Amino acid sequence: MTLEWIGDVILLVAILPVVIYLLNGVLRAATGIVPSVNRIAGAARAGSADLDAVPLLLTTQEQVIATVGVVANYGGSLDVILDDAPGA
Amino acid sequence: MPAAGVVMIIAVVLIVAAVVFYLVSTIVALRTITAGLDDAIAGVVEIIEKSQPVAEVVGTINQNLDAGVDLLEGLLVKKAGLIDAVGLVDGLYPGAAAAGLRNVPESKEVKAPRISEVYTRGTLTLARLGREAPIAATSPNGPALRDPAYGSGAARALYPDGRPVRAAELPRSPVIGVDSPVQYDPSEAVGGKRQRMPAAPASSERS
Repeated sequence: MTLEWIGDVILLVAILPVVIYLLNGVLRAATGIVPSVNRIAGAARAGSADLDAVPLLLTTQEQVIATVGVVANYGGSLDVILDDAPGA
Repeated sequence: MPAAGVVMIIAVVLIVAAVVFYLVSTIVALRTITAGLDDAIAGVVEIIEKSQPVAEVVGTINQNLDAGVDLLEGLLVKKAGLIDAVGLVDGLYPGAAAAGLRNVPESKEVKAPRISEVYTRGTLTLARLGREAPIAATSPNGPALRDPAYGSGAARALYPDGRPVRAAELPRSPVIGVDSPVQYDPSEAVGGKRQRMPAAPASSERS
């Protein structure tokens, strides 16, 4: 009978608090990750939205090619019109 | 049943209840994490897909810009000479002479001349008016020197003493035709030496 009481005391005083402490730690760690994951997901969505302007780079590319072509024509004309520097 | 057995059963039930509560809570939290990670992964995949052509397009843009820079630098050095070219670049972008021209490594060693010592004041003024921006004056980021609303005033500043409209007396245009006072003989041989023009009549005869 005495041993049963000792076992009860051990269960209630030692094992139950330890189990609660350990499981509570796991739960706190898991719930602590949730806000971080939500922030990461929000940042990924915002980053993806920022890249919506990427197709405009194709327009920029075309404009740069056209502009460089015009500059090349202009430079070619200048090369004909202007004299070279002495010694050049 | 002895009292000790009842207490033991109660303790075991308490332990099991605590385990169930915390494990269920942990499962719920992990499911939320999984859903959040799914969102994050979807966003990251979208970023990867959208940014995939960026490198190629930017590379092409840089390649074309490089060609343009090479062309303009080469033309500038060819037409203005290396020293003046460095001076012009330094005049437009103060301090840029230290970096030198990209395709002319020896340009870093050139001492950039003050642009006003190389080109006349009129040239610089024209350059300022044409570019509508300061050149070799202050900072390129400064206000435009040209007033678009009163551009003619800026142009008149080129001639502070008044722009000459025309010469005081211009030579008269020659009178031609069969009744012209001066008759020229037709050339006898095409391609031969041209006859000299007869002397102009005196002013009293003309009037």
